Amino acid sequence: MDLSAISPTLLVASLMVAATPILLAAIGELVVEKSGVLNLGVEGMMIMGAISGFAAAVLTGSPMVGFLCAALGGAALSIIFAILTQYFLSNQVATGLALTLFGLGLSAMLGQSYVGIKPPVSAKLELPLISDIPVMGPILFSHDFTVYAALTLVAGVWWFLKYTRGGLILRAVGESHDAAHALGYKVVRVRILAIMFGGACAGLGGAALSLVRVPQWTEGMTAGSGWIALAIVVFASWKPARVLLGAYLFGGVAVLQLNLQAAGVSIPVEYLSMSPYLITIIVLVVMSANRSKLVLNAPAALGRVFHASR
Amino acid sequence: MTKTLLHLNGLTKTYPGVIANDDVSFNIEAGEIHALLGENGAGKSTLVKMIYGLVRPDHGTMQMEGASFVPAEPRAARAAGVAMVFQHFSLFEALSVAENIALGMENPPKASALSARITEVSQSYGLPLDPERLVGDLSAGERQRVEIIRCLLQEPKLLIMDEPTSVLTPQEVATLFTTLKKLKDEGTSILYISHKLEEIRALCETATILRGGKKVATCDPREKSARDLAEMMVGGKLNLADSKETTLGELVLEISDLSLPPQSAFGTSLKNISLRLHQGEILGIGGVAGNGQDELLACMSGEVSTTAEAIHLDGLSLGHMSPNERRALGVLAAPEERLGHAAAPDMSLTENAMLTAMTRKSLSKSGFLDWPRAKDFAEQVIKKFDVRTPGSQSAARSLSGGNLQKFVIGREVLQDPKVLIVNQPTWGVDAAAAADIRQALLDLAAKGASVIVISQDLDELMEISTSFAALNAGRLSAARPMVELSLDEIGLLLGGADAAA
Repeated sequence: MDLSAISPTLLVASLMVAATPILLAAIGELVVEKSGVLNLGVEGMMIMGAISGFAAAVLTGSPMVGFLCAALGGAALSIIFAILTQYFLSNQVATGLALTLFGLGLSAMLGQSYVGIKPPVSAKLELPLISDIPVMGPILFSHDFTVYAALTLVAGVWWFLKYTRGGLILRAVGESHDAAHALGYKVVRVRILAIMFGGACAGLGGAALSLVRVPQWTEGMTAGSGWIALAIVVFASWKPARVLLGAYLFGGVAVLQLNLQAAGVSIPVEYLSMSPYLITIIVLVVMSANRSKLVLNAPAALGRVFHASR
Repeated sequence: MTKTLLHLNGLTKTYPGVIANDDVSFNIEAGEIHALLGENGAGKSTLVKMIYGLVRPDHGTMQMEGASFVPAEPRAARAAGVAMVFQHFSLFEALSVAENIALGMENPPKASALSARITEVSQSYGLPLDPERLVGDLSAGERQRVEIIRCLLQEPKLLIMDEPTSVLTPQEVATLFTTLKKLKDEGTSILYISHKLEEIRALCETATILRGGKKVATCDPREKSARDLAEMMVGGKLNLADSKETTLGELVLEISDLSLPPQSAFGTSLKNISLRLHQGEILGIGGVAGNGQDELLACMSGEVSTTAEAIHLDGLSLGHMSPNERRALGVLAAPEERLGHAAAPDMSLTENAMLTAMTRKSLSKSGFLDWPRAKDFAEQVIKKFDVRTPGSQSAARSLSGGNLQKFVIGREVLQDPKVLIVNQPTWGVDAAAAADIRQALLDLAAKGASVIVISQDLDELMEISTSFAALNAGRLSAARPMVELSLDEIGLLLGGADAAA
C-alpha cells in the first residue's frame, strides 16, 4: 500500500472530469423539476446522448459535431416524454421509467457497430504558460471544454432562475400551475421547453462520458449516472450551487476510491466501489436536514399533472 | 358619469352538457361599483373569465369604451385595462410578495424599483405590505392585499373582484371598502362578485343577478331588501334557519391546555387551547382560515393525537385515541375540504358512507364489510338531506360542491353523534343548500348533541351559534354567549384583542 502515489493535484483535476457527466445531467434535471415536472428518464436521455454523440463524432471526425448531436439526441428523446406527459397527461413517474428503459434499449441497438472504436480526441485547453503553473495549472486550465461548459451552465442556470423574468415564470409554473395559468402563462409551453433543455443537458452529459471521460462506446455505459444525477437534484434542495457540490463530491470520491484501489488499500473493493454513492447521499442528506427549508425550495407542483379545466 | 366602460352583448358559453352563460347582456359604467350576484353554478365565474380572456365566448360580443373587445388571453385583457383579484389559485406561496406581483405585470420594473412602488402604492391605499416577505407566511387578508396591489400597479380601468370578503374579518372588510370607494372616486370601475347581500347593498350602485346562466335582472341593490335579492338569486322562497332557545345541559367535551407544534412549513401551531362544550350547545369558532382551524379539527377528530389528558369526553380522556376509537365514543368530525379529505373523490357515495360510518352504524360483520347495509345508509343520507345525485353508486367527485357537502354533513349527523365538529360547513355552497345544512346542525343540537362549528362566515356563526370563540394565530379566546356579543366585539376578538380573557 502506497498512498504517497496519490497526487492531490491530479486527484482534483481528474475529479472535475469525472463529475462533469453527472453535473450536466443534474443541472438539466434541476431546471425540469423547477418547472414542476419529474422526469425519471435522465439515464435514458444520457445514454442516448452518449451514443448519438459518439456516432456523430466518429462519422464526422469532429468532437464538436458529436456534442451537438448528443444534445439533439437527448432533447429528441425528451420530446417523447414531453408529448406524453404534457399533452396526453400520462403519469410522469411511469413515463420517465419507460423512457429510461427505451433509451437503454435503443442506444444498445444503435451502438452495435461502434463497439471497440476510438472516437476523435476532443481538444484540451492548452494555454502555453498558464497551464504549466504548478497545482493551479492542471486543476484550472488544462481540461477539455466540457468541464468549462458544465461550470458555465451551472452559473447560467443559477443566474437565470434567480434574476431573470423567464426564471421567475419557470419557478412560478413549478410552484402552482393553476395560479400561473390563471395569470395567463403558458404552463405547457414552459414545461416542454424545460423538458427539452433537461434532455439536451442529459445528452451532453452522456457525450462527456463517451467522448471524454471513458472514451469509447459500450452498451449501458452510463451505469446509473442518470439516477445519481436525479438523487443529487433532490438532496441538493434544487439549488444549483449544491448540485455542483454534490456532483463534485461524487466525482471526487469516485476518483479517490479508484486511486485507493490502485494503491492496494486493504478495504474490500466492493466497499470502495459503493463509497461514492453512499458518501454523496449522506453528505447531501445532512445538508438538507432542515426539513422546513427543504419544503420551501421543493417545487410544490412537482410531478402533478396539469390540465387547464381543473 | 354615465359613460359606458364595458358593454356585454348576448354572451353565451356552452360546456358539454351545461349552458354556463345564456345570452347575458349588461353594461358596466365608468366609475361605478357593479355587483354580480348569483349562486354557485349561476355562471358568474364563466362570465368574468370571458371578460378576463381565460375563456372565449361561443356567441356574443363585448365592447370596451365603444371599441370591440375580444381578449384572446389574460395578457390582452390586462393590456386593455382589465385586472382581476381571484378568489383562489393565483398566488405562489414559496415566492416573495414582490415576485408574486412581478408575475402579474406585463413589464415589471427592476426588483428594487418594484419594491419601492409596492411600498408607495400600499401606503397610499392604506394596505401595508412588506415586499420581501414570503406569501406563504402571510394571513389571508394580507394575501388579498398582494392581489389587490398587483392589480392597482397596472392602473386598471376595470377591476374584477371575485368574492373578496369571504376570508376577511369585519375590520378588514371595512378597510377594503374604503379602498374600493377611493378607487371608484378616481374613476375606476369595479365588478364585484359576491353572494353576501348586505355587503352589496352597502357598497354597490348597480347589481346584475344571474341564475342558471341567464341574467335575471339589473337593479339598484340599495332599493331592494336583502331578501328580495336572495329570492331573485334562488328563484323561489328562501328557508332561513330558525334557531330555538336552548338551555345548556351538562358538560360533554372539555379541552384543556392543548398545544401542538406546526405540522408543515406553512402550518400554524396551536397554543394552550382550552374549551368546554355542553350538551345542546353550538359553539361557533370564528377566525380567518390559516389561524389553526385545520389543526384544531385534526386534534379533535383524532387525525393528530395529543396527550391523553388534553381532551376529555364525559370525564374520559381521549387525546391519544385514533379517529375510529373516537367515533365509537360518539365524537365525529367533518373536515373542511370536501374532495380528498371529507370524501374520497373517486369512490362511490356508498363506499364513502362505509368509510366513516362503519363503526357506529355497524356496517361490518365479523370482519367482513356489509355492503347492502352501507348502501341503505348512503341512500338514507341522500334522501334525508336532499342530495341531488343519480344514486349511491355515483362517485363523490361527480357531485356539485353543495350536494357533496350535504352528503358529508348528513353522513355524520345521521350517525347520532354526541359531539360533532364541522369545519367551514357551508364554504362554497349555494344559499339554499347552506340553509339546509345550518338547519340540520340546529336540529342536531336541539336533540341534545353538542356541535362545534368552525367557520369564516360570521353571518353563519351569528345565525346558529349559542356561544362564540375566536381563533387567532393558534390561540382560542374564551367562549362567550353569542347574544352578548356585538359585531364590533367579534371583530376585535378575531383580530386577537383577547389577551385579557
